[in-house]
Amino acid sequence: MYVIVVGGGKVGYYLAWNLVDQGFEVLVIERQPAKAEAIREHLGAVVMVGDGAEASVLEAAGAVRADVVIATTGEDEDNLIVCQVAKRRFDVERVIARVNNPKNEQLFKRLGIDATVSQTNVLLHLIEQRLIPDGLTRLLTLQHQEIEIVELKVGADSPVVGRRLSEIRLPPDCVFSAINRGEHIIIPTGQTRLEAGDDVIAVTRTERESELRRLLVGV
Amino acid sequence: MRVVIVGCGRVGAHIASALDRRGDDVTIIDINPNAFTRLDEDFSGLAIRGTGIDEDVLRSANITSADAFLAVTNRDNTNLMAAQVAREVFGVPTVAARVYDPVRAEIFANLGIITICPTTTISNLLLDALETPPARRS
Repeated sequence: MYVIVVGGGKVGYYLAWNLVDQGFEVLVIERQPAKAEAIREHLGAVVMVGDGAEASVLEAAGAVRADVVIATTGEDEDNLIVCQVAKRRFDVERVIARVNNPKNEQLFKRLGIDATVSQTNVLLHLIEQRLIPDGLTRLLTLQHQEIEIVELKVGADSPVVGRRLSEIRLPPDCVFSAINRGEHIIIPTGQTRLEAGDDVIAVTRTERESELRRLLVGV
Repeated sequence: MRVVIVGCGRVGAHIASALDRRGDDVTIIDINPNAFTRLDEDFSGLAIRGTGIDEDVLRSANITSADAFLAVTNRDNTNLMAAQVAREVFGVPTVAARVYDPVRAEIFANLGIITICPTTTISNLLLDALETPPARRS
């Protein structure tokens, strides 16, 4: 898989490092020659100097055969245009943008970006969970925060304790993928009974999260 | 006509002043408040400090009732993003952006945005000037 990372700042650099480590073919496009040189020293010949929003630069980077283009600069407008040029001009299948201003996540989706990552929102969720433990942990958000994978702890007072999954009326657009019970991981069927203290991994639409939490956690 | 302009450089200030003089309702946005000194002294429109890619800033510029939107900062990507917000989020009927990079100007021209590329326009004018026979000296 060939991944082009636009922007060789801290985010771009560590991302490229990890991707190289995992065996991906990676190219970083960085505007500033000094930054590019620093990356070359650490990661080898996986960097090119240029403006990633410039079609000629993306072409030279081999964008036509790229599977993913990830724009990681500190400017949202640059990340948006890089992704749009990659998609429109080079038919790149998947474009991912870092979003610096959380307000732009929905906007980017509307403008055709496949996935966005907002550090601010990620940090905010983590902090919220540490500050207000409510029995629900967001493990991953997908599709621009429309869908999420969450872990819920079944509360002792929850109405689902002791019931078979087939008897539980789940909110729409929620499914249980796994149940952690002590040492065991259970892939549930309709016959599986829930116990207090179970950690349920569920996929849910974000707007159903609180309904699902009330049902399982019981608070 | 209600016009919102992002970028109060030479071009932005010139258009804003001209539209204002002819009686249009103009709002101009720039990140740098010093830029507004380029406007006519008797400019009667609204000048807002902020970034033209921020929906809230655009809302405060009354973009919802604008007839036209012009993005003329000195950055192509800012102009293209601001123009898309004006078009896609606020549905402004006429949206134009200055884009120096000819390829980017072409890519985004199909999205309901008028892209004006000074690079090709000025090059063509200069090429035309070369073709024009020199005037005779008297």
